[in-house]
Amino acid sequence: MLVASQWKLMFWRFRRHKLAMICTVVVIFFYVVALFAEVIAPLDPNKVSNLYRYAPPQPISFQDKDGGFSLRPFVLGMKSSRDTNTLRITYVPDPTKRFPVNFFVKGEKYKFWGIWESDVHLMGLAPDAPANTPFFLLGTDRLGRDMFSRIVYGARISLSIGLVGVLLSLVFGILLGGVSGYYGGWLDAVIQRIIEFIRSLPTIPVWMALGAAMPPKWPPEYVYFGITIILSLLGWTGLARVVRGRFLALREEDFVLAARLTNCSESRIIFRHMVPSFASHIIASITLAVPGMIMSETSLSFLGLGLRSPVISWGVLLQEAQNIQTVALFPWLLIPGAAVILIVLAFSFVGDGLRDAADPYGR
Amino acid sequence: MLAYTLKRLLLSIPTLFVISLLSFVLIQLPPGDFLSTYAATLASMGEQVSGDTLVLLREAYGLDQPMYIQYLKWIGGIVLRGDFGLSLEWRQPVASLIWERMGLTIALTLSTLVFTWLLAIPIGIYSATNQYSLLDYVFTTIGFIGLGVPGFMLALVVMWVSFSYFGADVGGLFSDGYKNAPWSFGRVLDLLSHLWIPMAILGMEGSAGLIRTMRANVLDELHKPYVTAARARGLDETVLTYEYPVQVALNPFISTLGWALPGLVNGGTIISVTLSLPTAGPLLLRALQSQDMYLAGAFILLLGSLTIFGTLMSDLLLAWIDPRIRLDE
Repeated sequence: MLVASQWKLMFWRFRRHKLAMICTVVVIFFYVVALFAEVIAPLDPNKVSNLYRYAPPQPISFQDKDGGFSLRPFVLGMKSSRDTNTLRITYVPDPTKRFPVNFFVKGEKYKFWGIWESDVHLMGLAPDAPANTPFFLLGTDRLGRDMFSRIVYGARISLSIGLVGVLLSLVFGILLGGVSGYYGGWLDAVIQRIIEFIRSLPTIPVWMALGAAMPPKWPPEYVYFGITIILSLLGWTGLARVVRGRFLALREEDFVLAARLTNCSESRIIFRHMVPSFASHIIASITLAVPGMIMSETSLSFLGLGLRSPVISWGVLLQEAQNIQTVALFPWLLIPGAAVILIVLAFSFVGDGLRDAADPYGR
Repeated sequence: MLAYTLKRLLLSIPTLFVISLLSFVLIQLPPGDFLSTYAATLASMGEQVSGDTLVLLREAYGLDQPMYIQYLKWIGGIVLRGDFGLSLEWRQPVASLIWERMGLTIALTLSTLVFTWLLAIPIGIYSATNQYSLLDYVFTTIGFIGLGVPGFMLALVVMWVSFSYFGADVGGLFSDGYKNAPWSFGRVLDLLSHLWIPMAILGMEGSAGLIRTMRANVLDELHKPYVTAARARGLDETVLTYEYPVQVALNPFISTLGWALPGLVNGGTIISVTLSLPTAGPLLLRALQSQDMYLAGAFILLLGSLTIFGTLMSDLLLAWIDPRIRLDE
């Protein structure tokens, strides 16, 4: 006899949710990009290029020199000219110059994950292109750094902060929510009051104060962990509520009573009998909590109270877009925001799908 | 009901105490104090401050006393005299700096709350009664975008579009002429003509969630037997919808007041920094960066109290409206 496990049933239900499936692919794609940032980024994200400051995104064309279709993409060269009125340098694409884009080309040296040295990049110009040929798919910033490479590297920080922050809140949430729901009594009352209090706080002002409390001299790693701890310090309450609610409901179930009557130890009842039956709910809640974390990090860094350059995160990149005059002239500075929106929406839909799939009484 | 109101009011006092304690701890957290930041700023500009001057200043501001004395002095001044201390950066009493900004913050927050309700309730009802219609899908899509787009991104995009296509600067809450003018009828009108942009941006975030809630609530009620019974008796469909399911579905709305307010204060803080509104957000940010502790503390305390007040109001309102709520718990 074949019996589908709980997880298999859940996967079947999840598969029917088309949008959630597409969004899962999007989420996985983003994380793959973050994992292989060094390979995918064509340039060093910190490399300053004095020749191309605030250069616009370079158009990609699939036309070869004779105007016919070519499978190999080309980037157009850039002509710079100085505006006689504002004395600003402006860049326009130069259709006469076209450079083929090669894949898996040798380029700048990097250390993959800080361990393995390599120089292979996913995309790049052919080796015979003249030196200083621009290759800025999404334009450059104030110092002429490549936006595409910076967004790719920023994904690593922004996406991992979401995960680490949620895992930390999960630890808090499971611990406090579990204790609250399993033991009940005065402990439950105290923890519930604390949760109510934290939930009634306006989190952003408190986060801002905590962010400002981080010493400016801290090295980037400290700031990174400081931010994740700050975010999870106030973020655990939602997960604690879910865990508590589940514990309260399951405590009264017959199979828990049966386990208790057969003299199971308390930890066995919790981890062998109760946790597996609500693990799927927890996973759905986690997925729904990640986008909030990513948005919070972005907002804090945008305000200048979170991560700071030289660390590259999407929030840090958006800080460059704070001045509206700059944005009006160089709108591609807003592209990191599009990345934030995309991943937040994708995560929300995946979470929605998981929540529906995890509900055994759903359609 | 009176006993319940009194009990709820009394219960909020310890909460306010914890908030005041938290605000004080938060502003004490940064290493060093305002004077060391101040000295560092002066030093970076090439000016030297002697150690004696610093000691004297520290005594004058009471920064040399133990923590609990500083706290007692601070909270005592606020409760007894409405004195929030001195803003070290602005050299002015904090009270003279915050009230107009807090007033505008409350105006923005409350008007956004009303705006989101006015928007979300009819849309929610429409989406539920016309489930899977074209407009339902449109509203659902807009709602999801509202949930997924961070408020400051929306503010940036609105600013960018209006700046580069209409040549208008949407930042601020007043025109140049009214910026520092005393309050007058004209100034209020000017405020209203500027307020709607941050209100719409802020409301976008809030109403997205509320539309989903309202839609789900009405949908739950629409197929209950009492609705069918009313319809069988020949009640007009519009009257039926508004008299029965909508009234039941509105209850959860009152309880959202409690958590909607912290959300609005959150979003409002970031949006007002982005749009440089003369509300609490930008000044709080500056005070935090320069470690102007009493100013920052006053804002955190007041914003915290605002949300506690909101929770209290929603609890009382809910107990008043919904007879099913047991008061003697």
